[in-house]
Amino acid sequence: MSVAVVKIGVGNTASVMFALERLGARAVLTDEPARLADAERAILPGVGAARYAMERLQASGMSAALRAFKGPLLGICLGQQLLYEHSEEGDALGLGLLAGSVSKLPADTQTPSPHMGWSQLLDVREHPITAGLPREAYAYFVHSFACPLGEPTIATASHGRTFSAMVSRGNAYGCQFHPERSGAVGRRILENFLALPC
Amino acid sequence: MPAKRIIACLDIKGGRVVKGVRFEGHADMGDPAELALYYRDEGADEIVIYDIAASAERRTIDYAWLKQIARGLDIPLCVAGGIRTVEQAIQCLENGADKISINSPALERPDFIGELAAIAGSQCVVVGVDSRADGGEWCVHQYTGDARTSRRTQRRTLDWIVEAQARGAGEIVLNCMDSDGTRQGYDIAQLQAARQRLTIPLVASGGAGDAGGFLAVFRETDVSGALAAGALHSRALRIPDLKRSLREAGIEVRP
Repeated sequence: MSVAVVKIGVGNTASVMFALERLGARAVLTDEPARLADAERAILPGVGAARYAMERLQASGMSAALRAFKGPLLGICLGQQLLYEHSEEGDALGLGLLAGSVSKLPADTQTPSPHMGWSQLLDVREHPITAGLPREAYAYFVHSFACPLGEPTIATASHGRTFSAMVSRGNAYGCQFHPERSGAVGRRILENFLALPC
Repeated sequence: MPAKRIIACLDIKGGRVVKGVRFEGHADMGDPAELALYYRDEGADEIVIYDIAASAERRTIDYAWLKQIARGLDIPLCVAGGIRTVEQAIQCLENGADKISINSPALERPDFIGELAAIAGSQCVVVGVDSRADGGEWCVHQYTGDARTSRRTQRRTLDWIVEAQARGAGEIVLNCMDSDGTRQGYDIAQLQAARQRLTIPLVASGGAGDAGGFLAVFRETDVSGALAAGALHSRALRIPDLKRSLREAGIEVRP
């Protein structure tokens, strides 16, 4: 199986590549639309800020290629946020694969932001990508902006407010957390993603 | 709030994990990549690898061994040690680090915090602060990795952490030097004072010993995590036992 990992700019895409390597997937890190079109599935990792990331994706032609992509597409962290129409972060337009707007989490001394750490996945819906998760599934989150609850929501988490921890609509999937850094829970989700029919 | 994080810190010197007492005198504890996986299996929530002599020796960490550690690890990895340029930070991220912790270089040039946050995002930027009580207030120390270079700066800890946050830090690791290596528990008063001044996560460091110390710091200070090094390396403290004690006491930890 081949996986295109979309290169945006600076970031910890290496951990995504290492995770795919551990799972035996053939992965390429690329910012070329042609290579994305050749892949069976794609991962859009979270890197930097929403506006900067969208500008990079537009400049490389990847935003159009991602919208046209037919195989399973997984957005991770900022990558999930970019699936939406809009983000408050830099007032950026996203890919628009999901309806709604991404907004800032509250920050104060009681609820520090970024939301950084392991939080429990709640309201986990039965779905091929959530199959086999333990009842108390914790995942590693690092983010200051969060996705709205809605029809695509298949798991939630809470930090200051409740938001979409995982989403699914059509061929688009998302994790607000980092499955590549979420131990056995994350490994299971990535395995499930790699097993989705193309 | 997320589960309280138990963070295993690997202090590295000459490519080996070492254990220090009050930042002076070091003993060999093992191989970094092996120990990182061991702590992952034990249930650590995050690994910090800290090249303790790098800043004092004016160099940065070895990317080859960083990559070797990162490759096998499926929990968050933070690196620290002499990272003083954006290029070095990018190299660390591209070799598998999730977060970059800066300490002495941030003191040398505070603008570096903002430059790093602008490129990599605040979530990648951890500011480590070595702090010690002096004349009735907490003061920031620099180049603490080596007793010969360690020195007090003119900065007050509680001012510096607020400045670091304003400049774009995504997390503060406050290493309380007076309790570091003593295994007598964390510096509750200092961590409480720090927590009240921040809206970003705060991690306690210095003084990890038994479960009682962790319970106290989580009950009394609302820190997001607690870091431990020597107590873990000597196996006097085991993470599964620690997490069981915390869970029984009503502290949320990751199973």
